[in-house]
Amino acid sequence: MSDFLAAQDSAGHEHAQPRSDQNRSLWGDVRYELMRNPVFWVSSVLVLVILSMAFAPQLWAETSPTARGACRLENARVEPSAAHPFGYTNAGCDMWSSLVYGTGKSVIVAILVTIGTVIVGVTLGTVAGYVGGFADTVISRVTDIFFGLPFILGALVFLAIFPDRNVWTLTAVLTMFGWTSLTRVMRGSVISTKQKDYVDAARALGATNFFIIRKHILANSIAPVIVLATIGLGAYISAEATLTFLGVGYQRPTVSWGLLVAEGQNLALAGFWHLLVLPCAFIVVTVLSFILLGDALRDALDPRAR
Amino acid sequence: MSEILTETERRSNKSPLSGVSFDGSAPLLEVEDLEVEFHTRDGIAHAVNNVSFTLREGETLGILGESGCGKSVTAQAIMGILDTPPAKVTGGQVRYRGVDLLQLEEKTRRHIRANKIAIIFQDALSSLNPVFTVGWQLGELYRKHAGASRAQAKSKAVELLDLVGIPGAPARINSFPHQFSGGMRQRVMIAMALALEPDIIIADEPTTALDVTVQAQVMTLLSDLQREMRLGLILITHDMGVVADVADKICVMYAGHAVERADVYEIYERPAHPYTKALLESIPRVDQKGQDLTVIKGLPPALVDPPPGCSFHPRCAFARDRCTTDEPPLYEVPGNRLSACHYWEEVLES
Amino acid sequence: MSADMTETEQVTEDTGDDVVLEVRDVKKHFPLTRGIVFKRTVGHVQAVDGVTLQLERGETLGVVGESGCGKSTFGRLLMGLERPTAGSIKLLGEEMAGLDARGLRRMRRNIQIVLQDPYSSLDPRMTVGDIVGEPYDVHTDVVPKQDRRKAVQDLLDVVGLNPEHINRYPHQFSGGQRQRIGIARALALRPKILVCDEPVSALDVSVQAQVVNLLERLQDELGLSYVFIAHDLSVVRHISDRIAVMYLGKVVEIGDEMEIYEHPTHPYTQALLSAVPVPDPRLRGHRDHIVLEGDVPSPANPPSGCRFRTRCWKAEDVCAKEEPQLVVRGPSGHLSACHFAEERDVIHAIDIPTSAADDDGSGDPSPGSVAPGPTA
Repeated sequence: MSDFLAAQDSAGHEHAQPRSDQNRSLWGDVRYELMRNPVFWVSSVLVLVILSMAFAPQLWAETSPTARGACRLENARVEPSAAHPFGYTNAGCDMWSSLVYGTGKSVIVAILVTIGTVIVGVTLGTVAGYVGGFADTVISRVTDIFFGLPFILGALVFLAIFPDRNVWTLTAVLTMFGWTSLTRVMRGSVISTKQKDYVDAARALGATNFFIIRKHILANSIAPVIVLATIGLGAYISAEATLTFLGVGYQRPTVSWGLLVAEGQNLALAGFWHLLVLPCAFIVVTVLSFILLGDALRDALDPRAR
Repeated sequence: MSEILTETERRSNKSPLSGVSFDGSAPLLEVEDLEVEFHTRDGIAHAVNNVSFTLREGETLGILGESGCGKSVTAQAIMGILDTPPAKVTGGQVRYRGVDLLQLEEKTRRHIRANKIAIIFQDALSSLNPVFTVGWQLGELYRKHAGASRAQAKSKAVELLDLVGIPGAPARINSFPHQFSGGMRQRVMIAMALALEPDIIIADEPTTALDVTVQAQVMTLLSDLQREMRLGLILITHDMGVVADVADKICVMYAGHAVERADVYEIYERPAHPYTKALLESIPRVDQKGQDLTVIKGLPPALVDPPPGCSFHPRCAFARDRCTTDEPPLYEVPGNRLSACHYWEEVLES
Repeated sequence: MSADMTETEQVTEDTGDDVVLEVRDVKKHFPLTRGIVFKRTVGHVQAVDGVTLQLERGETLGVVGESGCGKSTFGRLLMGLERPTAGSIKLLGEEMAGLDARGLRRMRRNIQIVLQDPYSSLDPRMTVGDIVGEPYDVHTDVVPKQDRRKAVQDLLDVVGLNPEHINRYPHQFSGGQRQRIGIARALALRPKILVCDEPVSALDVSVQAQVVNLLERLQDELGLSYVFIAHDLSVVRHISDRIAVMYLGKVVEIGDEMEIYEHPTHPYTQALLSAVPVPDPRLRGHRDHIVLEGDVPSPANPPSGCRFRTRCWKAEDVCAKEEPQLVVRGPSGHLSACHFAEERDVIHAIDIPTSAADDDGSGDPSPGSVAPGPTA
């Protein structure tokens, strides 16, 4: 019997051989897979750059646009030149430093909202999908109600109530309207995983529900949530921009990409293209990096994709 | 839309078969040296290699093999319903009454597919459209291909359901596919295959998904209809019991090759290929107890990377050095049989 | 009912203390509900409706029947994956229904399951080592942590897999090999009983024998008892010592393999056996083919009296009124639930030397039967 297995060896999976000596786990393999994936490297370098801009903007630009004397009206809307490749904003601030210092406000909100919605969505979706019955009925109906509320309009109404809008209020409101789709996706994913025979096999072994959720359900249900969450992250960056543009997001003198887009939107057609294109480019690159990172992570989590 | 098109087609050009002349004396279906390749990410898979067989009126040919042996691909190649790409027919002929179907235009082929050769699949539920009633789907065939009126089509549908033994046919034509049981759905599939009075029916694992008593019902129906209508039936299956009951001739396939062809009685009594022999010895029989099951070691080969020489040699009890290098041709075995084994005489005698 | 009970008691006494599993009048009814927020029960699917049987040490009990007969639900009941609506399941003399979660988990070490689908039964994101070692993660006291890897490799060796493949993923194996992985997992806790739910029906013909032979070898080496649930009657005969035939949630006939296959007395068993194709064309037209009419009725609304009567050629008025008990009937001495139980040999060829197209009466061992005739 073992000779045919050996034959299978040479035919099939040589690449698995060198690594088969130590005990490996899924996470070890995920790391190994990620390390070999160029998409992961590109996207994670970009994400690191963006995060460092968000948390330590002084590394990337000398003066904050909010510092005294940083902006001069005579520089307003000056187009990019060799000395200032990003030009100046409408208020006469350096565009590069505005973008760098605006990263924090935009990206931190998006990351916080993504983390918040994933926690809420995965928890509620897992409970609804795995426990089922009454818990499912309650969670699903509440999800339906929130799903029915229009996202931007709902956020607009809630934010208008707060006189002082900062990172936390924006995060809270966006999370409140953003968790529903993740919950739905997670619930559906958990239900289909729950029906797999390996879950029955684990139950037959006497595994507790907590054990089954931890070992089988989460790992096998999370992939669509990761994809949706990384797309969501981009959407929240744009949502911040939209709300700011509508006047219920950040307020001046805060700098954020949303504010820059809102400003540039009026002036782009008047010939000042850089006021719109540059902040938009930052948003696009950021969103793309997170989506690519999510894709790489999802592929690494699926041994069948290897 | 398609209905209108076909209608115009039919008027403008009396028949799509106008340029084609069938030879009534030629065998119903001759497959000769058929070759099909699949272009996959891992390379070219040789799914069907030099497969040949002949089917005459009123004859049942069993194509026997495991999953991945190329039996379904052969059927799809005959029907012209392979997904191309990734599949590609790279050689051989499929002659219906002497006319090579592979050389015909798609329009003509479609006509032959509808009127002369029909196919029945394993999964009746996914082969039927869930949003239309069974009667409508049956009637559509007549409206589309025979230009029947709505009323005519409906009465034809009732007639057909009656023919395949569905009780209360006039009422059942208004049912949707999911309202039928598995066996009844497979009867509906047979009805659809018979609708345009084909000469050949290809049944691809028609009873694999069914329970054993229902399987018996469906096989009885199929072979009764086949006998009455003198159809040529190609029965594709992995079940050695099912073919033993109905087939006249057997073609055993392994890894894309037809490894043995013979009359049904001879092949079961004295197989001339080690694979056939091993298969017969590896399955338990309901009417015997205590027989030792012979294990066929190993697995069927990957079609992208078949072993050199005879593709069965890594699993074969008769294999010698020669089998690892020389691919065996189809040797003629006395009794009008063929076997792709260098040592067929030994296999016969063992 | 009373007749039934006395009969089972008799059998229990006969078998003595070698009984590892005793099932008595077990029922599983699934409620059919309507409504979304406020669910109301509109009926019950009687998936398993009063099954009584025992399993002895080292024995293989085959459970056969067609889809919807409740055999898979029965397997799940044995595994404690479903809680019975009524009845008792005693495992090694201990009642399962009365156990708390801890007790149940301890009992599970004695009974394990091999599932049908080799693709869905293994977590695609776990390595073979993690899958086979999972029982030790649940029952942490069985094998000390540092010995687990060795234990898993030993298991892989036992089921005929290369122990070095411990770090591979399920998708790198073929169907038959995956089934071996499932068997290794089931064996990890050294159970006494293995419930095999269609363990070979998803496998290719040439691979089935490998797994059947493996199961037989393991039974000999480890002294296992099997409940072998399958629809393939040929495989079941090959591996089983005793057979229970199920129809619509009830056992209609149970007995030794020889009794059930050579001397079946229940019409359903006879129909089932006669429909099994035999890979021998010489028997064509020489076998007693009983073709059943119609389909299996819905288990939510089973027929009164005998559940098989709607498709039975022997049915009379009494069958609709009175439910036939599973008792010893006829000379053969095994249990059968038919008012008109009568032996009939359906698997062997009849009058093989004569020509194919003669009448069915001559060779039919059960005179007077009005079966829908053989399809010669």
